Amino acid sequence: MTTNLGNLSDGAGTEQPVLTIDRLQVTFATDGGDVHAVKDVSLNVGAGEVVAIVGESGSGKTVTAKTILGLLPETAISSGAVVINGNNVISVSQSTLRKIRGRDVAMVFQEPSTALNPVFTVGWQIAEGIRAHSTDGRRLSAKEAKERATEALRKVGIPDPETRVNYYPHQFSGGQKQRVVIAAALALNPGLIVADEPTTALDVTVQAEILQLLRDLRDNYGTSIVLITHNMGVVADLADRVVVMYQGDVVEEAPAKVLFAEPRQEYTKKLLAAVPHLGRNSASEGARGRLHQDGKILVEAKNLTIEYPGRFGRHGFKAVNDVSFTVSENEVFGLVGESGSGKSTIGRAIAGLTRTTGGSLKVLGYEMLDFKERTFRPLRKDIGFVFQDPAASFNPHLTIGECVAEPLLIHTRPGAAGARKKVGELLEAVQLPASYAERYPHELSGGQRQRASLARSLALNPRLLIADEPTSALDVSVQAKVLDLFKDIQEQYGFAALFISHDLAVVDMLSHWVGVLYKGRLVEQGIGNQVMGSPQHDYTKRLIASLPVPDPDEQARRREAHRSLLGG
Amino acid sequence: MSTPQLTRAKEPLFSRLPVISHLKKSVGLQRGMLIVGVVLSGIFLLTSIFAPLLAPYGYSQLSDDSGSFPTQEAPSAKHLLGTTVGGYDVLSRVVWGSQTAVTVIIVSVAMSLFLGVVLGLLSGYFGGWLDRILVVVADAIYAFPTLLLAIVISIVISRGQSSFWGGIFSCAFSITVVFVPQYFRVIRAETIRLKAEPFVESAKVLGASSVRIIGRHIFKNATRTLPLMFTLNASEAILTLAGLGFLGFGIEPTSAAEWGFDLNKALADTSSGIWWTGVFPGVAMVLTVLGLTLVGESINDLNDPRIRGRKRAGRTPVPGTPAGPELPANPAEAGKS
Repeated sequence: MTTNLGNLSDGAGTEQPVLTIDRLQVTFATDGGDVHAVKDVSLNVGAGEVVAIVGESGSGKTVTAKTILGLLPETAISSGAVVINGNNVISVSQSTLRKIRGRDVAMVFQEPSTALNPVFTVGWQIAEGIRAHSTDGRRLSAKEAKERATEALRKVGIPDPETRVNYYPHQFSGGQKQRVVIAAALALNPGLIVADEPTTALDVTVQAEILQLLRDLRDNYGTSIVLITHNMGVVADLADRVVVMYQGDVVEEAPAKVLFAEPRQEYTKKLLAAVPHLGRNSASEGARGRLHQDGKILVEAKNLTIEYPGRFGRHGFKAVNDVSFTVSENEVFGLVGESGSGKSTIGRAIAGLTRTTGGSLKVLGYEMLDFKERTFRPLRKDIGFVFQDPAASFNPHLTIGECVAEPLLIHTRPGAAGARKKVGELLEAVQLPASYAERYPHELSGGQRQRASLARSLALNPRLLIADEPTSALDVSVQAKVLDLFKDIQEQYGFAALFISHDLAVVDMLSHWVGVLYKGRLVEQGIGNQVMGSPQHDYTKRLIASLPVPDPDEQARRREAHRSLLGG
Repeated sequence: MSTPQLTRAKEPLFSRLPVISHLKKSVGLQRGMLIVGVVLSGIFLLTSIFAPLLAPYGYSQLSDDSGSFPTQEAPSAKHLLGTTVGGYDVLSRVVWGSQTAVTVIIVSVAMSLFLGVVLGLLSGYFGGWLDRILVVVADAIYAFPTLLLAIVISIVISRGQSSFWGGIFSCAFSITVVFVPQYFRVIRAETIRLKAEPFVESAKVLGASSVRIIGRHIFKNATRTLPLMFTLNASEAILTLAGLGFLGFGIEPTSAAEWGFDLNKALADTSSGIWWTGVFPGVAMVLTVLGLTLVGESINDLNDPRIRGRKRAGRTPVPGTPAGPELPANPAEAGKS
């Protein structure tokens, strides 16, 4: 079984590319007429090469990736050529296409938990792909296929594969699930793997491991990888060559080092400049002590515990465990943590959306432990909340103007003209034209919606603003603008803010004081750039070391440092 | 990054109405089905509105100037669809019957809609003991066979037989009781889903009262599926009404014309070769139900972007792309991928 693993690296010497895309065009039929998702894309992927396709949402990168495997929906038509091992994927028959999939090219999906079927063991799912293809003219027996599945799991670094081949997907963690998906892709030893945002759904520390795994695959087995991503850090970490896409066209193509060092196109320059870079323009730059401590304390948590009730006979789950911190007037408190660390729960508890179960949480002097909606409601006008997904946080049936006016109508009686005037002012404060008040949420782009969301939360001049991952659903360039706006407005209005994010670089850009959450505990807090620069706690160290930076040379150094950190 | 400006003018109210907007975005077979459904339902509605003009005689008329009508007479120039065993004109009965059907649909669906939506919203939003009780009641109603339940209620309300409005209301009430759980469940499920949506939470964070949240934020979003349910339930209401009439719990022939009652009376005729008394009310019922169901099913398919058919892409030239790449010679191949 192991003999056929290395054969692809022999072919690396020949100049035959593994994948050739030539003048690819893809058009979708939609209600609004034809959409030209991919306009004119040509690229080659050589053996053992990692080519990253980067671009923002709507740039056509995922459509390009799906075309490589012939996975486009029926509403799409494509033209041009996508050649894998001499077969043009666009024009071959369905049965040939089935043979190509898995054997010549395989795909790794974004969300590992939905890519695996929960009712079958992972071994069965990997073996399914193996048995779908005949090897040496015959189909493998179930036993042989399972052996190969075990082998594939070993290759991707799942410990004790003989036992775990019989496990179900829910018995693996998120990162391990992604390893299983990669194992399934590798099972037939395809020369090419298409990875569509393989680490986007994963935490930073897990992302680093998966990137390492993909790199090992390339180094050890000569597998070519097409990496679709929006994360410049991931690109810098893994890619040999980068293709930048914008609105269905290839804007620039260059080796990774060249692209990051001297981007030629205007769009690429803008894109790279927008990427938040850890350690650059920190909000707490030059601060010696904690800023803004002269004002009143607005939020005070003492040994705060929030427990979700468990099912019958089981213990509850402690989402937040013994956390103490304060947020003072004018201060931006950044809360960082990975998924499940309890950061959102704290934000929701402060806004009265989740009940606290232990310790003490005082919000504007109100003890949340004896929370009553009726008594807390008067305080709500002093608290603003910005939600993660701007698309979902607006009622689709109300116009932006009506949505922004909601808080005014609830807490004050401004009259129609007064409300309209105030809405206009608010929209202008967040740099949206006042005429946007007439529009419906779906008529705005993601960034515009998030601005409107900010306008709504500012409508009553709150003393405290809670922003729960406000930019994680946005593209990088949009994110940069929204963050700038947030910073300006915070200085202008002078509210205190709790800024929650999983992105260290983003938190550092805005926050004066940063808290790091890990499994419900606040493991470290301090001045933003000190936490980022010289972390004290082991977890913070690991977190910061795993964050890929958008600079290939620096990232290579950091990678070594990260490896030694894990080794030691 | 420049964002595409979506300044498309709002379409006039007429083209945003449920069926009309669906008609505009349909293609091919789906469009054909919808049109057939709309035409059949249209004929049904128009017939009921203009029944006094269309029907040659009254629904309970047994004689005219030239004397009483013959019984069980085959279709002739005077009685286009023949007469029944009781001496009624079949054509007139069929035409007037549509009026009864429409009235029952409107009354029953309006009542069940109102009750179901209100209970669904309250139950879904507040939850707790109210929710539990209502769900148990709804489940209990589900457990009864529809027609049996309708019969029981019909007996309770009108002791079986009654006048026009009495009959209509007893039918409508019994249909309402059967339908309320359906509306209740759909609205409750939607409300529970919407309750967790960020825009509802954001209203909560703003300090909006529960009444305001339900009325302003949940109601409109939860009731999107109602046009669909309305059409599907309308056809079911007709069948329930006909079933009641057939079993003898409907409206007396002197109070109104009712297809199910006529079918019941025609039952004995079939063995003696008298087909016109049964076929025509039956056909009227089938076509009406078919029309309403086609409209409902088409709306259902068109509401789902995954099922909805679309015009093929690529018929129009690609603007702004270089003329270089050509489409493959065989368009079927291009569509395959």
